[in-house]
Order: sequence, then structure tokens, then C-alpha cells
Amino acid sequence: MTTSINQKIDDLLKQHPDLKNITPFIDANATTPYLKDESKYTRKLCDSIEQAIKKCELRDGMTISFHHAFREGDKVINKVVETISKLGIKNLTLASSSLLSCNATLIPHIEAGVITKIYTSGLRGKLADAISHGLMDNPVHIHSHGGRVKLIQSGEINIDIAFLAVSTADEQGNANGVSGKSQCGALGYAMVDAQFAKKVVLLTEDIVGYPNNPASIRQDQVDYIVKVDEVGDPTKISVGAARITSNPRELMIARYAADVIEHSGYFEDGFSIQTGSGASSTAATRFLENRMRAKNITASFALGGITASIVDLHEKGLVKRLLDTQSFDGAAGQSLGRNKDHIEVSTNVYANPASKGASVDELDIVILSALEIDLDFNVNVLTGSDGVMRGASGGHCDTAAGANLTIIVAPLIRSRIPTVIRKVTTIVTPGESVDVLVTDHGIAVNPARPEIAERLKEANLPVMTIEELYQRAIALTGEPKPIEFKDKIVGIVHFRDGSIIDVVRQVKD
Amino acid sequence: MKIQKEAMAGTLESSDLLVKVMPNTGIEIVINSDVNKQFGDQIRAVVNQTLNDLNVTDGLIIIDDKGALDCAIRARIQCAVLRGAEEENLDWSKLL
Repeated sequence: MTTSINQKIDDLLKQHPDLKNITPFIDANATTPYLKDESKYTRKLCDSIEQAIKKCELRDGMTISFHHAFREGDKVINKVVETISKLGIKNLTLASSSLLSCNATLIPHIEAGVITKIYTSGLRGKLADAISHGLMDNPVHIHSHGGRVKLIQSGEINIDIAFLAVSTADEQGNANGVSGKSQCGALGYAMVDAQFAKKVVLLTEDIVGYPNNPASIRQDQVDYIVKVDEVGDPTKISVGAARITSNPRELMIARYAADVIEHSGYFEDGFSIQTGSGASSTAATRFLENRMRAKNITASFALGGITASIVDLHEKGLVKRLLDTQSFDGAAGQSLGRNKDHIEVSTNVYANPASKGASVDELDIVILSALEIDLDFNVNVLTGSDGVMRGASGGHCDTAAGANLTIIVAPLIRSRIPTVIRKVTTIVTPGESVDVLVTDHGIAVNPARPEIAERLKEANLPVMTIEELYQRAIALTGEPKPIEFKDKIVGIVHFRDGSIIDVVRQVKD
Repeated sequence: MKIQKEAMAGTLESSDLLVKVMPNTGIEIVINSDVNKQFGDQIRAVVNQTLNDLNVTDGLIIIDDKGALDCAIRARIQCAVLRGAEEENLDWSKLL
């Protein structure tokens, strides 16, 4: 048979020499040798993380990626990096969708040169402190959630191996975060990595029967699967930035934010909304229900960053659909598994300015937090007033750019630190994307939106200029002394389109 | 006002401060603050002013500040000093 096909190919090439790259047939399983035996059921399964790393041929200088859907409860990032470190591999770029306080154990691996470059949405805790004090030679790249996808598409982040935590996967790699023991809910970040990484390794607690459903990550994207004892602790998703508050001041700000929404001109039947992380922001949802019922309106969708209180509105029929790229608590994760109109979206669909359609563009209202906001409405959600990184870009600049009404909620002062200041330490979101600032001392509207200021004044809300809010803050705290920085740049802040909007310098101690 | 015995006022909650006073010859002030970089000078000034107003010339004053406003700093220092001074007859006008 082979001789005859070779003869036929010779004839074909004589008539069509341009087809010189064609391959003659060898046998049925030439490209699928695992179909010859039972190994087709087990070919992707690895006994250990170490085995998966070796099969992927991880080498010095490559880029590894992770998702942070388990937030402070993540059990994968530190473990994989520790395993890589033991294998003696160095000079890696770490491209986690974000890093949190739980990632402080990465510090010795950075000191040892295992990780020499980092891309992340944010940094918190001891890792953030160490990097702000000059731990790394290369500055850390800070990106937004949408901007991360653009950096991946453009090749600036070139993921060699993605290590993705999932709660269940089948033997082919169909995986999700809504079944099994440790559920994180939406896998919006991981979906992007699964699409773009050269090799994809799933870490899962449970290998279930084929085919696993839903398949947030699909079998055709997955190279290897490792069963591990635990991928994450879901009870730690909603701590820190994604916490639920009972603090009366934060609730008061949340109520003001609901007042602003009600009277903004955007509170009409079919409106859409996102609440970002931060206590007052997520709490604002709780004050919307009565206002929606009184006006007899429903929302067409909520985007995010989905929380228990948004799920509550959805299950009461007040929000028709939920578009979820990251579930902010256990209730949101469970709802994603249960409610058919709670829809999982990748961060490419969510917020990438270079995607063919980003959901943030459809958004009416977004409520976001701020560490600092200045007289030009520029917002800092990355560095503290001491100059040390302690936050995340997240979807801040993505949603602020896309939404028709961007509301920033923040206490006027945090202990003695004023939130409204002359010039932010670091710009993450430009003031031109910000419409209203809501504080516990009053509400300021960007002068570019006079019509909104008028509507809020008519509703008797305490509207004042941002300059007045600043003066009020300084009267309470005194004028802060400017932070002293060294020359060394420790962080590069990317805007959502990949351009550089600011840099972070090493703090002087 | 003379500090006769060790005394404390305040807490280590955010936006508060803990003030410890002890008998000492001469005045010695130790300030630790979360917001030292931005407000260290202002805190020292309000501490000095408050002790001055109370006529405290001897004592070891240790302050752990968690970002308190000036009014809280004054109140906590006054309280700690009064507790340590065992003063029976207060001149309230000096505390305002």
C-alpha cells in the first residue's frame, strides 16, 4: 500500500509541484499513538506537579501563568513555584492574573532568582511591601483585567505554561469551578490562559467522569491534569478587599451611592450595573432593592465581580442576567452552578479593549473604590499614601472607561490619611473616566458632567466641589508631608490599552 | 502636673492611639506612628503642646499611634496624664 501511495504522490507532485509539503499516509494512529492502547484515557494524567512541569519541558526564562479566583485562599501558585524552585529552574516570568497577601511565600523564590519578572493586576501584604522596597531588579508590571488579555494577545505576555486551579476536571480536561469540593465559581481569568498558553496544566481536587459539564475550560485546550489534595479554600475568597461590611460609615457611603444611582438619570428600566471590590461598593447593592421596587424597574444585567447581594437581587427577579468573570464569594459561585441566567464570561469578553466586544462597553453604572482620588478625579487603587503597593488595578480602569456613570466610593479620611488629595501617588484610572465621588462627608461631581450634578442637587443630595471635600479632609488631618521616593522604578502601571499611565518608585525609609 | 505613677489611656484600634505615662526625671517622649512619614512632625507638635498645657515637666511618655486625629491625641494624653498624676482638684479650663 505504501508503495502505491508514494507512486500516487509522485504523480500528484509532477502535476502540482506547489503541493511539495504534503505528507503521505502512514497508519491510522500516526498522529494519535495513544489510540493504539488504553493510554488514551490516561495520557493527560500526571502523578505530581513535578511530572507535569517536566512533561511541559519548563526551562529557564519561560513564562508561567495562574489565575487568582481563590484570592486569599489560593493553594496553587505558591506550591507550583516551590516545586519549580526545587527543580532548579530560574529566571521565570510570573504572569498571575493577580497576587495577594497569601503569596508572601514567593519572596524567597524571587530572592533566589527563580522568578525575575512579574505581571499582575495587583500586590498586597508582605510581597507588595518587599517589592516596593526594591526586592526585584525588574519593575513589576501592573495591568487591569481587560488589559492583561490585550498584553497576552499582543505577545508582551507570552505564556509558555498555564497552571490552572479548577475544582473538577475529567480525564480530557473539561473543567469548571462550580462542582466538587473547593469551588471558586467563575474561571474568567483561567479561560483566557487556557486559550492562549502554549501548554495548559490543570490542577484539580477531583477527576470526574467524562464529559464534565459545564466545561469552562475545554478539553481541546488542556495538555496535562494533576490531582492535588487542595486547590484553594473558598471561605477565603471574600476576605480582604472582597469582604462584607457591617461598619456603619461604610454602609452610610453605600447608601449615599444608592441615592446617587437613583437620581443620576441612569436608574431606568433595563439599566445595568457593576459593583467593584471594596466594602462600600459591594454594600451599595443592598440599598438598591427598595429603590428598584418603588420605581417598579428591573436591571437587564449585572457584571463583575458577582457577590451574594447581586445574586440575591437576581433570584428575586430584579436583575435579569449576571455576567460573571470572577465570583467574589461562595454564594456567587454556587449561583453560577445553579442559575441558568448567571453566565460565566472570560476576561476577554468582560473587559479587553482589544476584543471584538467587551461587556464593560454595555455597562450603565459602575461603583468603584479608591485609595486616593485627586482634584482632577484621577484615582489610585494601587499604592498606599506611604507609597507602598497594597492594592490592585483590577477592572477599575476597564469599567470606568466603559460605563456611562462611574461612581467612586471612599471614606473622606482613613484613620489620619486623607483620601481626597491634591495629586494621587499613582494614577491607575484617569479622571476623565470618573463621574461622581461619594464620601461620608459629601458628594462631588466631575465638572465635565454638569447635568448629573444638577440632578443630584435637585434630589437634595449633599453635592459640593471636590476642592471643598479636599479642604474638609485637610482641616481634619492636617496637610500630609509628601512621601520621599528613591529613583529606582519598582512598578510600571499599564492602562487597559497596554500604554504606560504611571510608574511606582521605591520608597525611602 | 506631676506624674506620680504609671498610667495608660487609649487603644490600639485604627484611628486611636495608646498613651503610656511613667514617672521620670525630665521629660522623655517616644512616638511610634503608622502615619509617621506623613504626619510625624504634626503629631510631635500636638503632643508637646498638650503636655505643655498640662504643665508636665517630668515623665516618660510612650505613644503608639494608629492614625489618630489631633483631637484624639490631645484627649488620650490628657487622660493618661490625669490618671498618672492622681490629681484631686482639676482645672478643667486648662483641658480645653
